[in-house]
Amino acid sequence: MADVTLMKTPAETALAQAFESAKTLLPGNVESRSQAFELFTQRGLPHRRVEEFKYTDLRAVLRDIAPFASAPSADEAKAALQAAQALAGVEALQVPFVNGHFVRNAVDLGALPEGVEIVPLAEALASGHDWLARLSPVKWASENPVYQLNTSFMADGVMIRIAGTVDTPIHLRFVTAAASAVATATRILVLVEEGASVTLLETHESTDGANHQPNDVVEIIAGDRTNVQHVRVNAEGDKALALSTLALKVGGEALFNSINVVAGSATSRHQVFAVLAGENTNLRVNGATMLKGSQHGDSTLVVEHAAPYCESRELFKTVIDNEATGVFQGKIIVPHHAQKTDGRMMSAALLLEEGGSMNNKPELEIFADDVQCAHGATCGQLDEDLLFYLMARGLPKKEAESLLVQAFLGEAVEFVENEGAREALIGTVEGWLKARA
Amino acid sequence: MLEIKNLVVQIEDKRILNGLNLTVNKGEMAAIMGPNGSGKSTLSYVIAGKEDYEVLDGEILLDGQNLLEMEADQRAAAGVFLAFQYPLEIPGVASMTFLKATLNAQRKARGEAELTTPDFIKRVNAAAQQLEIPKDMLKRALNVGFSGGEKKRMEILQMALLQPNFCILDETDSGLDIDALRIVSEGVNALRSPDRAFLVITHYQRLLNHIVPDTVHVMSAGRIVKTGGKELALELEATGYADYRETEAA
Repeated sequence: MADVTLMKTPAETALAQAFESAKTLLPGNVESRSQAFELFTQRGLPHRRVEEFKYTDLRAVLRDIAPFASAPSADEAKAALQAAQALAGVEALQVPFVNGHFVRNAVDLGALPEGVEIVPLAEALASGHDWLARLSPVKWASENPVYQLNTSFMADGVMIRIAGTVDTPIHLRFVTAAASAVATATRILVLVEEGASVTLLETHESTDGANHQPNDVVEIIAGDRTNVQHVRVNAEGDKALALSTLALKVGGEALFNSINVVAGSATSRHQVFAVLAGENTNLRVNGATMLKGSQHGDSTLVVEHAAPYCESRELFKTVIDNEATGVFQGKIIVPHHAQKTDGRMMSAALLLEEGGSMNNKPELEIFADDVQCAHGATCGQLDEDLLFYLMARGLPKKEAESLLVQAFLGEAVEFVENEGAREALIGTVEGWLKARA
Repeated sequence: MLEIKNLVVQIEDKRILNGLNLTVNKGEMAAIMGPNGSGKSTLSYVIAGKEDYEVLDGEILLDGQNLLEMEADQRAAAGVFLAFQYPLEIPGVASMTFLKATLNAQRKARGEAELTTPDFIKRVNAAAQQLEIPKDMLKRALNVGFSGGEKKRMEILQMALLQPNFCILDETDSGLDIDALRIVSEGVNALRSPDRAFLVITHYQRLLNHIVPDTVHVMSAGRIVKTGGKELALELEATGYADYRETEAA
């Protein structure tokens, strides 16, 4: 067979060079990284002719690869964390990462709340920790190029194990404070043991003005009868290209509730790959995305009902101001044996001005015959009659609009159980609206 | 208090109000009756400031201020209140949040300080009690899942809180059962004062048994065609609007 030379874009060539020089310096097994990078290389950076990336053309967006960030000094880390604001007022166990590196001295690993164990990932990779065998539990993620890049380059992160009821929320704070553009690849693995419950908060912040390129993966394996409440906030800087993946494998009779709130980045893509692996589990995945200027926000979702009798609810709300672009791609997969599945997926977008755009792509892949599945997608403007009603009661137009936008996003946010986090998210929405007025 | 002179209004090239003249004095309870399509609701929307209507001629003065030059929210702050025929449902906005936002927006527009939360709650509770509005209703999203009667009571609650000086009730009796009609009417009557005027729009005499008008105007084809005392309403109930439709044709 003749040799085939694949044409690479400059960014792909730069990634290959970066990987060659980094692979032996990064912690852990070179082989598994190389396998992931090889898988990535086979298809390269996804572009608009790749169906899952049709609306977010990474080849076009990712032209220059920023250098991967090195670990910050203790002072740099401290300053970065002090400046970070997202969900800062919520009482929680803080697990901070600065420039993609776990800030080891910020957490006393020997004195964690009962039921919580944390292992720094870089050390775990270097020493070949047992839990590493549980990485990559979801095949939909493993096949994804963004995820493959994270696996290739992951430099640090943590593995967390939760046993029993943990009342203190765990706040994973990701802060990129470098003045010039850097890339980061952080990996989190959370093992929620049978019967355990926990609230996980995740916030992502970076400095404005720099083309940061974070690529974060959070993987959660939740056992039977677990209860996981997950809140994620993208408050990245205004030039950031933020790629993120949440991979979930949830056991039976469990509750899992996740929301992703987008209030930052020039371009963002949040991918959720969820597998419901046990019966009678209840999954909720919500999104509340606020876009303005020329921002681009992509929420991509795959929910596989791999076991019967599960219920999933997906509600994504997107507010688009100016010429911003929103993307929602959601797929519910129901294999033939997953009878009595109940899945409902909804994406609603509100366009505040002419010139904005929203791309909705809901999909159902159903092979079982006794299921209830529904999806819906809407795009619209603020209701003129509602605006008049509010104005006739004395609210100036901007305030009336803000109240309606808050109400619109509020329907996705109201499912957040942690009151402090919920209030903070409402505050985030209010802040976004205030900046608009 | 309210003076409307030669008001001509159209929507999408359709003439609705046709040189309407109307004066409502301070302390007066004025009723407008008329057949379907005579322009009653349009009149209420135009006074309140809905944008869809094109005002071709005329003026609307409230205490000498030209309402037509003001946005809807400015008119509200100036004292205009429209109780909607079909109050709108606002999912995601708790009734209490809505009430507080509107009350404070009007206070702010008038240069008054915002109400403290305890003061606000005290006022809401007092008004709610009079209108037999249960507290859990106030915690729900505004008008969402409310019955027709509950929605109308919520309109009157807003009126009681905002203390406007010119109140328009657009077919407030529609969709009300006898008990709700009594509660709503009592709520309106409690707000009658020498400084406040009302314009009550209705098809039926029934409401006017509860809210007794000082004057009754008959509207037809976008104009006030007859004005009288409360006995005019009884007369209309007996004879119907047929006479006035003829006027229309003439």
